Amino acid sequence: MAPAQQVVPSGAASLVQGTNAPGPVQPHARDADGHAARREQRDQRNDTWFRYVVTGCALFVLIALLGAALSMLWGGREAFGTFGWSFLWSSDWDAVQKKFGALVPIYGTLITALIAMIIAVPVSFGISLFLTEIAPAWMRTPVSAAVELLAAIPSIIYGMWGLFVFVPFMGDHVDPWLDEHVGPLPIIGPLFQGPPIGLGMLTAGIVLGIMVIPFVSSVMREVFITVPVQLKESAYAVGNTTWEVVWDIVLPYTRSAVIGGIFLGLGRALGETMAVTFVLGNAHLLSPSLLQPGNSIAATIANEFTEADSSIYLSSLIALGFLLFVVTFIVLAIARVMLGQLAKRGGKL
Amino acid sequence: MTLSRLPKLMSRGIRTAIAMSVLAASGYAAEITGAGSTFVYPILSKWSTTYSTKTGNQINYQSIGSGGGIAQIKAATVTFGATDKPLTPEELQTAGLAQFPVVIGGVVPVVNLEGIKAGQLRFTGALLADIFLGTITKWNDPAIIALNPGIQLPDRKITVVHRSDGSGTTFNWVNYLSKVSDAWKSKVGEGTSVNWPTGIGGKGNEGVAAYVNQIKGSIGYVELAYATENKMTFAAAKNKNNEFVEPTEQSFQAAASQANWTEHPDFYEIITDAPGAGSWPIAATVFVLMYKQPKDVPQSKEAIEFFKWALEDGASDAKALNYIPLPPALIKQIEAYWAKNIH
Repeated sequence: MAPAQQVVPSGAASLVQGTNAPGPVQPHARDADGHAARREQRDQRNDTWFRYVVTGCALFVLIALLGAALSMLWGGREAFGTFGWSFLWSSDWDAVQKKFGALVPIYGTLITALIAMIIAVPVSFGISLFLTEIAPAWMRTPVSAAVELLAAIPSIIYGMWGLFVFVPFMGDHVDPWLDEHVGPLPIIGPLFQGPPIGLGMLTAGIVLGIMVIPFVSSVMREVFITVPVQLKESAYAVGNTTWEVVWDIVLPYTRSAVIGGIFLGLGRALGETMAVTFVLGNAHLLSPSLLQPGNSIAATIANEFTEADSSIYLSSLIALGFLLFVVTFIVLAIARVMLGQLAKRGGKL
Repeated sequence: MTLSRLPKLMSRGIRTAIAMSVLAASGYAAEITGAGSTFVYPILSKWSTTYSTKTGNQINYQSIGSGGGIAQIKAATVTFGATDKPLTPEELQTAGLAQFPVVIGGVVPVVNLEGIKAGQLRFTGALLADIFLGTITKWNDPAIIALNPGIQLPDRKITVVHRSDGSGTTFNWVNYLSKVSDAWKSKVGEGTSVNWPTGIGGKGNEGVAAYVNQIKGSIGYVELAYATENKMTFAAAKNKNNEFVEPTEQSFQAAASQANWTEHPDFYEIITDAPGAGSWPIAATVFVLMYKQPKDVPQSKEAIEFFKWALEDGASDAKALNYIPLPPALIKQIEAYWAKNIH
């Protein structure tokens, strides 16, 4: 690969030399040959350097990732050593007795991220579908700029909005309704039984969903634009509806990029700290109900790091940070496997 | 002409600024660094502003939390540490540290109940413990009604609000609950953060205040300053003397003056559940930690000078921020302690 690339610039160089030197060429030609050779050498050297630089850039990410993960594993070694595997499924979190377990934060992290994605993915899909297929041309730029601006709002602002505006709304209107009408239902009922305090995993999930929407929708919009017009036009020409065009032409064409955008949102939802801390309730409680307060990994660390007064407490918090790495890795791996299967099915169709 | 002079003026301005900053830097010969308790941060920063306008000496205080303050002073990266939870004399001995109180604050229970005015609702320590344990769950529970005859209490669920972060406020609150309730002591215990049996957690005093203000039927605990600033409904509590007292300057002062400071070495005394008439049962003391044999003697001397000034002349600043200055007798003891212990 690399040698082929190196030939091209030197060939181009001699070509340029040739056209630029008309008339009696003999003495100049030798000169030009030497020049070209020197130039080739220089290009080769530059190519090598360039390769080192870009490889270094890629390695930097890997080293930073490994360094962060390993240093957290090292910092959490006391917790892992003391509690062993039970750290993963113990729901204890008791700084007085010095007993710690990660189950409640892991559960809270996964559930809130799941709720966020259930909300963010369809809404983002709708936004990008509207912006690329339905919206009149004059509307597209301002609306997509507005969506991208949403991504620039600091998470603490979402948290404060959540606490002062959204939590009272949930507590006064949504939670009592859910408790009364959905609570008594079989199977899904237990998910929606609880006191109408407005805080809790459902509220946190919704706020996270709103935060994630700009990320997912701007990626989706960008890739929807890349679909060749000919494909869409021909589908419309044979009488497809807008929905059929989007579902059968646009989405299969952009599938991997769309899933990449969803990953991006999922990553943010799993690691979000401030907004979640404000609306999740920060209680180490394990409850099936989404209306009950819970805790997430990032919120626990943010809340408790400053006053972690024993070494096992501090170590447990760092171990939690390591587990966030592991959880994120597993979730992304599962998503990647699902993507692979989708691609296979797509190939068969 | 004016335009052409602009760059020259600007460069002169910059030069002056540099010269001034150099001068200023050389003026700050003594910069005292401290870290720790967030509870004491408002008054310490007020004191340090007043002190630096008087003497030019700067106090650089980082409110990183009591746990962090203890860690920083043990690592000797700061001149003093501040903590809401006193270290035991043995722990001080091993670390070579001295300890003394600087200011007193108070923790108050606050509620959000329609039609209830501040100071109207009454609690005993045991009742507060039962509520925070989750054994009493409704506002019209017979135990609450028995203490509060004549008050219309709703059939509403009690939502407990506690701190989600580790904190000195929590330490004093649960220390009090442990002193008055055996059930609390055995099931939960005391510390800067505990395993709460029920309720939701707010980050910081402001977080708890925000949750209590928003959730109807909630009860939480905050520093007095937050309760007064946010006009929250605080409750009266029964003290060791079997009287119901409201959290006021007088009741905090009573708690501070009746605590027996001389009996305990290194002022190791937590003044919750204080004896005596009119004492508020959940008063909290902030302690400062300093090395007995400091590496940087001048810095340590400067810090002592600052605290001497703060204790003797900083009372009005403290009162303005809803803290309680130490009683004069205690200040004398502290000054004697300095002379004996810190070199």
